[in-house]
Amino acid sequence: MVELVWLIPALPLAGFAVLLLAGPRLGEPRAGWLATAASAGSFLFTLITFGGLLGLDSADTGGAGGHGGRWFVSTLFEWMPLGSLEVDAALLVDPLSMTMALFVTGVGTLIHLYSVGYMHGDPKYSKFFLYLNLFLFSMLMLVLGENLVVTFLGWEGVGTCSYLLISFWHERPTAATAGKKAFVTNRIGDFGFMVATFLLWTTLGTVSYAGTASAPGLAASAPALATGTATAVSLLLLLAAAGKSAQLPLYVWLPDAMEGPTPVSAMVHAATMVTAGVYLLVRLNPVLTDTALLIIAIVGAATALFAALAAVAQHDIKKVLAYSTVSQLGYMFLAIGSGAYVAAIFHVVTHAFFKGLLFLGSGSVIHGLGDEQDMRRMGALRAAMPITAVTFIVGWLAIAGVPPLSGFWSKDEILLAAWEQPDIGPLLWIVGLITALLTAYYMSRQTFLVFFGGQRWEDDVHPHESPATMTLPLVVLAGAVAVGGAVNLPLVGDWLVLEHFLEPVLAHPHHFASGTGTKLALALVAVIAALVGIAFAVRAWLQSRISTDRLEPALLENAFYVDSSISTFVGGPGTKAFEAAATADRRFVDGAVNGVARLVRMIGEAIRPLQSGYLRHYASGVAVGAIILVVWLALRGVS
Amino acid sequence: MSGLEVTTGWYLTLGAMLFLIGGTGLLLRRNPLIMLMCVELMLNGVNLSFIAFADRFGDVHGHTVVLFVLVVAAAEVVVGLGLVVAVLRASPRATADDLSALKG
Repeated sequence: MVELVWLIPALPLAGFAVLLLAGPRLGEPRAGWLATAASAGSFLFTLITFGGLLGLDSADTGGAGGHGGRWFVSTLFEWMPLGSLEVDAALLVDPLSMTMALFVTGVGTLIHLYSVGYMHGDPKYSKFFLYLNLFLFSMLMLVLGENLVVTFLGWEGVGTCSYLLISFWHERPTAATAGKKAFVTNRIGDFGFMVATFLLWTTLGTVSYAGTASAPGLAASAPALATGTATAVSLLLLLAAAGKSAQLPLYVWLPDAMEGPTPVSAMVHAATMVTAGVYLLVRLNPVLTDTALLIIAIVGAATALFAALAAVAQHDIKKVLAYSTVSQLGYMFLAIGSGAYVAAIFHVVTHAFFKGLLFLGSGSVIHGLGDEQDMRRMGALRAAMPITAVTFIVGWLAIAGVPPLSGFWSKDEILLAAWEQPDIGPLLWIVGLITALLTAYYMSRQTFLVFFGGQRWEDDVHPHESPATMTLPLVVLAGAVAVGGAVNLPLVGDWLVLEHFLEPVLAHPHHFASGTGTKLALALVAVIAALVGIAFAVRAWLQSRISTDRLEPALLENAFYVDSSISTFVGGPGTKAFEAAATADRRFVDGAVNGVARLVRMIGEAIRPLQSGYLRHYASGVAVGAIILVVWLALRGVS
Repeated sequence: MSGLEVTTGWYLTLGAMLFLIGGTGLLLRRNPLIMLMCVELMLNGVNLSFIAFADRFGDVHGHTVVLFVLVVAAAEVVVGLGLVVAVLRASPRATADDLSALKG
């Protein structure tokens, strides 16, 4: 059944095409249902393809490259037959791409369904679903692409769609600016992606992941790379991933991206697009060198801690979740840097569930309060919005790392991997642990501020539970969050389904060296950290026993003033530098070009009198020339 | 004695004289029509030399070149005469030197 893989991206693309042609005529709610159906169909075919992949015998496909296990390549057509560079529009079905596609289409479908209710009454209703379907298509091309070029197509596609969706309400200047910011920041990452692709192609002569029997792909030929080249490629890939997955220092776009409609925040900036960087690094794991891995781990740990600190003091309900997303993505990079690729993908999946749930829950709150996003004007909403409250609490406990919810298992595995990191393991682990504590604290703070305590909204606001199209996705996601950890239980003997499933994709499968005792001890410490964070939040925000005045320092509320520093720098010295560059451009670059032109003109002026306009001058010139020629030939002797 | 024998040299001399007369006329005269005729003289002087050599060496290539020259000369006369007529129509007493007014 794996041959049907082309239908997975084809359905959202078809949905996009139909909405493009007939969207406004379909109107509300049919446009939304059409898009949801396209997404659901895509999910269905992902399941079918997944079943087909499980049915493949690993012996059939042979061991091309790192793909010792099951995989299948579906070549749609020859895309760029450029001499030695042959790029096919091909889709790759392997454990990694299927894992990604399953949750992208699964969570994506739920978010489509949710949007049917959330976008109710919006004048650009059909356009929203048009973008959503295009986004889903791009994301599927990204994860299913068989080579770097197809992945890049999807990579750019999701970038464009995120720009369109963030600035969906573009009549709000902040939304328009946020869209631009995301776009520009992503460009920096795209630069890394492209240069990495060029480098891989010039050194290895291929951009295909799996390759063929005659032409091995990247996975197989990666060991042939010189260490320096491999490190350069790895760092460029890190740049690409940092742009897309919002790592330091390119994270700045993600908090602002919350200007988009909430389903967009859930879809683009929590569940799917931001995981593209993690996917890219895991996909190209054979290329990554030890040096690069260490840098990735440090970037991840720093991002995790930095963003968690910023999340502590946010007032906007979505900003908390935005910084939380950046922080969790930092965890994933920490896992990759520690060599635990499976843990990274595991956290990608569980994070997609619980962060999707939290974002959709916050959207439900915003919707119910009539577009209120400030948590200082919420409180005590659990009575008015019971379903939202219960599902949000499930998501809160999951991200806080309370067992047995899914977040606990994936986070625990990452912390274990960080602990075992050979160079600076314990340091990374401590950073991860502090982040876990902070995560538990700020999510508890958010939950208490929104759903507990006293009523702080105005009397003329009437909070109400959201319609079924919005609560159903919440319930489904809450279920997934609760049991999602079951795909990879590290403590229970051989119950490592995801790990064994993904292992063939990895060049260097990671095995935890620690014994059960260490594992249990680390897990216990992590749980204690989470409980400490929650307990502190309870005392501060629920029982008001700790003064909350000093818990929201301005430094953290403004996220260490990174944004305003950038503005100040670009506005002051930055502008001067740009002006200096412009002057240098005028003086030297333009000067050189204009100088050449002036020289040519001067020479022209000098020899212009030769063109007298008198015919006999020309004729005499010809005659004299002819005579000279004849004399010269006569003297030389005709040969 | 059968009188003077006409050898190739005679033809070459005649051709050279025609060429020189044409060249001198081209350099000295100002009337565009005369100048055009001088060019024709030069061309035909050269043609004569070609024919003479072709006859002398029994080589048909000389004839071929002459045919080409005739064709090009015909084209040249068409354009040249057209220009001359246009110039003279604009100012009947114009000389080739007056054409320097056309210079940019």
